[in-house]
Amino acid sequence: MRQSIIQWFRFASPQSFYPLAGRMIPWFWAAAAVFGIAGLWLSFFVAPTDAQQGEGYRIIFVHVPASWMSMFIYLVMAFWAGLGLALNTRVSGMMAQALAPTGALMAALSLWTGALWGKPMWGAWWVWDARLTSELILFFLYLGFMALQAAIDDPRRADKAGAILALVGVINIPIIYFSVKWWNTLHQGSTINMNKAPSMAQTMLWGMLLMALCFWMYSIAVALMRVRAIILERERHTEWVKHAVE
Amino acid sequence: MQWNSVGEFFVMGGYAFYVWGSFGACLLLMVAEPLLVRHRLSEVRKSLFRERIADELDLQQKS
Amino acid sequence: MNALLATVRRDLLLALRRKSEVLTAVFFFVIVTSLFPLGIGPEPVLLKKIAPGILWVAALLATLLGLPRLFAADHVDGTLEQMALSSSPLGLLVAGKILAHWLLCGLPLVLLAPVLGLQFDLDASALGILTLALLLGTPLLSLIGAIGAALTLGVRGGGVLLALLVLPLYIPALIFGAGAVEAHIAGLGAGGHLSLLAAMLALAVFFAPWATTAALRIALE
Repeated sequence: MRQSIIQWFRFASPQSFYPLAGRMIPWFWAAAAVFGIAGLWLSFFVAPTDAQQGEGYRIIFVHVPASWMSMFIYLVMAFWAGLGLALNTRVSGMMAQALAPTGALMAALSLWTGALWGKPMWGAWWVWDARLTSELILFFLYLGFMALQAAIDDPRRADKAGAILALVGVINIPIIYFSVKWWNTLHQGSTINMNKAPSMAQTMLWGMLLMALCFWMYSIAVALMRVRAIILERERHTEWVKHAVE
Repeated sequence: MQWNSVGEFFVMGGYAFYVWGSFGACLLLMVAEPLLVRHRLSEVRKSLFRERIADELDLQQKS
Repeated sequence: MNALLATVRRDLLLALRRKSEVLTAVFFFVIVTSLFPLGIGPEPVLLKKIAPGILWVAALLATLLGLPRLFAADHVDGTLEQMALSSSPLGLLVAGKILAHWLLCGLPLVLLAPVLGLQFDLDASALGILTLALLLGTPLLSLIGAIGAALTLGVRGGGVLLALLVLPLYIPALIFGAGAVEAHIAGLGAGGHLSLLAAMLALAVFFAPWATTAALRIALE
């Protein structure tokens, strides 16, 4: 038991994490490709046309995974940030920093596809719906995190300050979501109801799950690539980095 | 399979702009991001490599 | 507790020596709220409807204006480091500074709001709810803002960055604060909104000084 814990802590040093990440990246790319191809095939050729929304509903096969990932990545980011703050491990802060741009990308994709879905379905590009609004605020939180880390020159301070911000954000996300929901019901009543999916076909659900897995694997692969770049940038004056690059 | 022809597939029942706009944006950004990250990684590697060559040249001159 | 009160007194005294800084935020609040009717038009019905939102957004921005100064001066002259090293816990001193900030930047807004509300044709009971909501909400704004002020201490582009970090976190306060007045005007009763605002304030009183202290220690390292 003890031995295995120590084994895990070994990867908390950039020196041993760098090659490990390099070995894992191709596998995550392969998984993303497999899930992506299967998910696209299901979402375009197997899932039937929706009775109410026609072919336009197929946008959910990218919209829902992007929204899920944008929220999930924030949680993972806050987890790494908190771990870095508690255990003072260097790789944790780097992971948090590497995840933020991908999370922001997912939030942006979710907003973009949400707008493209809303136009034909609701007749408006943007609706102040609780979920769309929360997603927009999540996007702002990502931007704030990235801006703060970019503004601080000392990487150790940037990591710690970013960690506090991420943890404050994670406490606030449920409060923001419920306040926006409350605000939404007070102002709009039940004119728009996004929950109407009474007969979500089994194949649609599978398509969405496969696409979500594809997005998940993609996010891990990109974050690992970015963390490798960050490791090299920050550790450039150490001896091992000079020998890691041939 | 609900598509009778390739043309029908691309028309997407009249929702072509919205469906392909969404999937296209995802594809574009999810191709662009890894390329940018790879560029960043190779830039660091290149500059590290140059530094190492410079160090080695320094050592040779000293000896 | 003495340390907290001493910090409050010190900050208030310092602010009294430089009155213009405090007055700027208050004037900003007054001017911004007066600009809206000029931009939108003087229809009383419309103004009454948008009044809570405008007053709250203006209060948010006015609070934001004073935040960069919360720790900056003490950081520059080294007082903050002395505070971190002193025998009384830093969290208590930070709480004192936040309280002083609210007394200087938050309380004037609460006292001015009923007067400004008259510009928007709000009746007496709506003005009461507005004042009560701001009384609960502005300390919350100071508490959340202090975290952002500590995180951006001594960072380049601090002021704009602070706005980017803090404004998204202000959204729940804005929603429930403005919502309380709107619900009251609509005849729904403001009780729910006000109690949620109070609950958030209780949560922030507990967590925010702690998070601010942690952020300050990082900035001082």
